[in-house]
Amino acid sequence: MGFFSRFLIPNPSPVIYSSMVAIGVTVLLIIVGLTHFKKWFFLWSGWLTTVDHKRIGIMYLISALLMLFRGGVDAVMMRAQLAVPDNKLLDSQHYNEIFSTHGVVMILFMAMPYIMALMNFVVPLQIGARDVAFPRLNAISFWLFFMGAMLFNISFVIGGSPDAGWTSYFPLAGNEFSPHVGTNYYMIGIQIAGIGTLMTGINFLTTILKMRAPGMTLMKMPMFTWSALVTSIIIIFAFPVLTVALIMGTMDRLFATKFFTMTEGGMDMLWANLFWVWGHPEVYILILPAFGLFSEIIPTFSRRNLYGYRSMVASMVFISIYSFFVWTHHFFTMGQAAYVNSIFSITTMVIAIPTGIKIFNWLFTMWKGRIRFTVPMLYSIGFIPLFTIGGVTGVMLAMSAADYQYHNTMFLVAHFHNVIIPGVVFAVLGAGTYYWPKMFGFMLNERIGKWAFWFLTIGFCLAFFPMYITGLDGQARRIYTYSESTGFGPLNMISFIGATLMAISFVLIVYTIYYSIRHAPRDVSDDPWDARSLEWATHNPVPEYNFAIIPQVNSRETFWDAKYKGHELFKGDYEKIHMPNNSGVPFIMSCIFFVFGFALVFSIWFLAIIGLIGIFVCMAHRSFEIDHGHYISVEEIKETEAKFGGVNKWK
Amino acid sequence: MEIDHSQPLEYSTEQNRLNILGFWIFLGAEIMLFATLFASYFTLVDRTGNGPTGAEIFEITPVLAETFLLLTSSFVIGLGIHAMRLGNKKAMLTFFVITLLLGLGFLGFEITEFITYYHEGATLQTSAFTSMLFTTLGTHGAHVTLGLFWGFFIILQVKKRGLTPETANKSFIFSLYWHFLDIVWIFIFTFIYMKGMT
Repeated sequence: MGFFSRFLIPNPSPVIYSSMVAIGVTVLLIIVGLTHFKKWFFLWSGWLTTVDHKRIGIMYLISALLMLFRGGVDAVMMRAQLAVPDNKLLDSQHYNEIFSTHGVVMILFMAMPYIMALMNFVVPLQIGARDVAFPRLNAISFWLFFMGAMLFNISFVIGGSPDAGWTSYFPLAGNEFSPHVGTNYYMIGIQIAGIGTLMTGINFLTTILKMRAPGMTLMKMPMFTWSALVTSIIIIFAFPVLTVALIMGTMDRLFATKFFTMTEGGMDMLWANLFWVWGHPEVYILILPAFGLFSEIIPTFSRRNLYGYRSMVASMVFISIYSFFVWTHHFFTMGQAAYVNSIFSITTMVIAIPTGIKIFNWLFTMWKGRIRFTVPMLYSIGFIPLFTIGGVTGVMLAMSAADYQYHNTMFLVAHFHNVIIPGVVFAVLGAGTYYWPKMFGFMLNERIGKWAFWFLTIGFCLAFFPMYITGLDGQARRIYTYSESTGFGPLNMISFIGATLMAISFVLIVYTIYYSIRHAPRDVSDDPWDARSLEWATHNPVPEYNFAIIPQVNSRETFWDAKYKGHELFKGDYEKIHMPNNSGVPFIMSCIFFVFGFALVFSIWFLAIIGLIGIFVCMAHRSFEIDHGHYISVEEIKETEAKFGGVNKWK
Repeated sequence: MEIDHSQPLEYSTEQNRLNILGFWIFLGAEIMLFATLFASYFTLVDRTGNGPTGAEIFEITPVLAETFLLLTSSFVIGLGIHAMRLGNKKAMLTFFVITLLLGLGFLGFEITEFITYYHEGATLQTSAFTSMLFTTLGTHGAHVTLGLFWGFFIILQVKKRGLTPETANKSFIFSLYWHFLDIVWIFIFTFIYMKGMT
């Protein structure tokens, strides 16, 4: 094999070639645009080198939207292929690649960064801090995630995409059955992004434990901050397991080790176990912050305080612990003893209890509230019944004996989409709208937003509810086509129509953003929703230092108290504020990580060694660097605050 | 930076306190990493395929030497931190240099041990057991190697910049890391070597 032939796509199709051209043209347009409008310096100094948690949050948000597009296109292609029996739109290999990348992209490169976007933007504001504990590390986290995601995504035009499913089970993912480099991309792309996520977990746990405003005890933290705290702990315990599993998988593929092989003692089920020991907590890494977001939105738009705060916290902690004891339910059919299955059945069903408590708490929060049906609230109200249906089918799947019927069918596919879409996707879309004015200083158009919500919700029901039925009828997941005699045709057509409606809702969401950038009024107040927690006490858009004076916290809803009960939020005078310096090293180091990863994927060893040395040089540079940050003077603060109308206007 | 003189130097600023807590949390993640390696090792330890078993390749002499070197180094870096608390830069640097030399000795023995295994037909590719053995030991060894560079950089900085809140903070965090590697080694010694030889 020649050196360059390895970069070719093993199963090319016109779609892929046209995508290549599209990617090339887009990159070219971006470069020309940046040069033409002389924005390179702005991009570098304002964004690529930033360590500001708010800007990092916004970059996460943009990446997540991009990845939502990529994963969504995959989804629509899958549904189009299955819309009619014996369809020839995609061949089996192409279909395998699409469902594999759809899963990875949506979970790791869309849902995770969307959650990270909101955590980054909101948590420091909610606890009254000026930044996270390690701002530089935060930039590294983002750029590692970004480069990992990009590395994974270029697989589709250079060398071929992974095709062994998002779970990448061995021996299928081994060299014997997946000979092309796609699975290398999977192993290394996720590894790089995963290191970034682990660092985020450490960063936010430290931040929340040590940097809360005076008076904010743990039991006075806003619920989203609580969920971020619990999530960080899960990340810290779960992600190292993935790190090890991916190292072992990479070594099996690149260095012919025998971890997951069928010969020389290798054990393929070890991969499945390690993957799900990480993978199940990962589900809660996504859903707990989503619960936290709903717990912010529902009280605001019901004009009531959150019902059952303590039980909300307790149930979240309980879920986080139990999330580590249910992983076997992902493979009930793969040969454990019956008593093992029974134990994991019970632990799985038990998780329904704290989740149910949370559902009732949200309902009781709305009870007798004055509900305003804004876009964020619509998503929250839509979430409750739809998520409950997903939860109930989850309990069905948790029964190990019955699972032999559901396992690997469309029933399962319907179930996990039914929890992830109304759970995570509704939460991030709702919260994205909710926090939009804080991020950008203008509101998103409510009318178009509501259209998008209804398209998404109806599309979701049409797309996934039929799968429960075809699944029970025996339609296996991951099959690329089926014959007419199975009778799956009409229901799959309905699914396709649903997927189309969801695609339209995505277009509408993008259009809302575009429309609002053009037309929304910019004189939006600092607290447009009449909200209850500290992030709304600062200005719109938030100044670099977040709070000119660190707020004094007296209760769970300090800001509400400041507005309506005469609590004095900001005491004392301005003092000079210490802020961290920007740095280009996180970006450069992550670029080197990208090169290193790319070299590993294609086994270009000299380049991998150069990359590794480059990474260590960056770390050494950081060790020797003297960086004391900088101060914002009192005069500057006064100037900024005067522009916004002063710090204490809430009294 | 505000310096709180009632605290030891490494805890004296807010950022220093954050760094230390953050590093403890990072060590928590490291515990999970090694726990996963150990769990996988216990799963694969008897799956030797056509390759040798642990009892056939393990030798007590180099392993004892490694253990002795690493445990001593962990003690010595403790002395180094004690000297740092007393403000004795020269003693601290001496102890740090000894620590790293002992670490280097450990690494030398480990590499020779690996070469011996290789000549006895136990390579990374031989069986699930040997793959896992080399990966577990190798991950620990890679941590030690990284630590040698890191420690060396810190020695240079303390030498040049003296004991400041920042260098003291780095030295203290490095000592945490080094003690952690020592603890991991105790587990490796017990559950891989001792258990494997019986």
